[in-house]
Amino acid sequence: MKPRRSQLALLYVLAVVMSLVILAPFAWLVIASISPARDLISAHPHWWPSHPTLSRYHSIFSGQAGGDDVAANFRVAMGNSLVVAAGTTVISLVVGTLGGYAFARLRFRFRRSALFAFLSVYMLPPIALVIPLYLALSNLGMLDTKRGLVLTYCSIVTPFCLWTMSNYFLSLPSELEEAARIDGCNRLQALTRVVLPLAKPGLFATAMFGFLLAWDEFLYSLTFTSTTNAKTIPVAIAEFTGKYSSDFGLIAAGGVLAALPPVVLALASQRFIVSGLTAGSVKS
Amino acid sequence: MTVQQPTRRGAAARTAPGRGRRVSAGEARFALALLIPAAVVVFGVVLYPVVRTLVVSFFDVDSPLPGSYPFVGFRNYARVFHDPRFYPVLGHTLYFTLVSTALELVLGVVMALILNAPLRLRWFWRSVAVMPWALPTIVNGALWRLMDNGQYGVLNAVTTSLGLGAHQWLGSPFLALNMVIVADVWKNTSIVAFFLLAGLQTIPSDLYEAARVDGAGAVRAFFRITVPMLVPSIAVVLILRTIEAFKVFDIIYVMTGGGPASGTQTVAFYTYLQAFSNQLFGYGAALSYLVVLAILALALGYLRILRQGALAGVQ
Repeated sequence: MKPRRSQLALLYVLAVVMSLVILAPFAWLVIASISPARDLISAHPHWWPSHPTLSRYHSIFSGQAGGDDVAANFRVAMGNSLVVAAGTTVISLVVGTLGGYAFARLRFRFRRSALFAFLSVYMLPPIALVIPLYLALSNLGMLDTKRGLVLTYCSIVTPFCLWTMSNYFLSLPSELEEAARIDGCNRLQALTRVVLPLAKPGLFATAMFGFLLAWDEFLYSLTFTSTTNAKTIPVAIAEFTGKYSSDFGLIAAGGVLAALPPVVLALASQRFIVSGLTAGSVKS
Repeated sequence: MTVQQPTRRGAAARTAPGRGRRVSAGEARFALALLIPAAVVVFGVVLYPVVRTLVVSFFDVDSPLPGSYPFVGFRNYARVFHDPRFYPVLGHTLYFTLVSTALELVLGVVMALILNAPLRLRWFWRSVAVMPWALPTIVNGALWRLMDNGQYGVLNAVTTSLGLGAHQWLGSPFLALNMVIVADVWKNTSIVAFFLLAGLQTIPSDLYEAARVDGAGAVRAFFRITVPMLVPSIAVVLILRTIEAFKVFDIIYVMTGGGPASGTQTVAFYTYLQAFSNQLFGYGAALSYLVVLAILALALGYLRILRQGALAGVQ
């Protein structure tokens, strides 16, 4: 639909307002991270720091990790988060894509019940599972390990990948696979050689969702980790916020760094979010 | 996100080309092979805790260690409803869920319309819009905690310069709960907008042309075409956001810690406190199963609404 001139003007105004509302807190986070402490706790607001400083980023990247140096521990937690989120995303994407394909294209008994079982896992609040999981991980010697986190995160991220990939496969025409099978491909070859290359936008978008979910996870990491061995960045920030709530600057610097990987990833795959998750079927 | 529920699509697909084809053994075996990895990864992890929590909810467990504890039947569940602290917590949860989901839906529709409009720099508006979605919940909570700080927070700097005066934003229970909602809405409207944008793009443009020929204005077209055609997406978003809001924990933990005066405690947070701080594991398990039941009831209720005509516009 082509909007009229006046409507278009209104939409531009709304777009600018939306951007301001969204960007202002982000800007404040960055400004706070480079403001000297006395600016942040002064009675008069400083919109821009009197003497911008990168000291907090410096201490995050150069401090001695493992001890009481909170800044350095942020760096280690970032590394843990990267490893855990990447590992979780890869595993969940692979098994979720295979399972999603089965739900989208194949007919078998208990198909609906099986799909509902996967989706209902998404509805379970982590708080209902966290204590038995703690005991199980403890028995397996996997407390405070990145492996333990990947294992438990996969159970959260996989149902989501499975659902979005299943929806994406449904939006692709099935004639191509049928043609491939007539040409002598078996079912697995039809999937890997014909369907998966077509499903790239869906795979990108799903991988991004998975990474964001894993990066964001909090309760499991809070409960299952205790040292810099596996502690993820959300937990490091939450602990620090609770303990030293007056050191705004370091919290902000940690926040900027924690936000960077997911925000960059989301910006890079922004065009897949809509195209990747709606393509096909009813689009006109 | 596709606007239809997978099962509905499956049902539609079944009546499509391959109709009447019997479920072949080869197909079923292939399906099993494809599903086993996902099933192992998911149910291998959750099955034991699901059963274990259910069992624990029937015992008076007051230590994390295995041992023999007295069987109490449904008494843990009954205790929830006799717990005077539970009702305010339930109230906060319902208020949080209703208000945040409603705001996210309304603002999300506006945002989706902006992102779908033929504006210049569309990639820029969309890039801005995706950012809060990507911001980790904990960082969002910490950020708003800093901004809402009554002494040094930037929010007071803004309101004072606007002549609205300074407030202790997180200092009184009800105001604090509303500030948590503000933070949640600020972040999650972004997700809702992209879900709805996906739905908007499935609306055929000739519908609008037809409406224009019939002399319908933009407002009328919005309520007669856009809203009815968006209903399936709205329904999916409502289900997902309500479930998330009902489970809300992280942002409360970092922003207010449940305070002040327990004014921002939600069911999930209260469950956490009972289990971890008070070591009432049986009681905590019963609480969390009630949350599961409530979420299941919500989801089934929505699914019912979805099936009854909500999807008719698309099918």
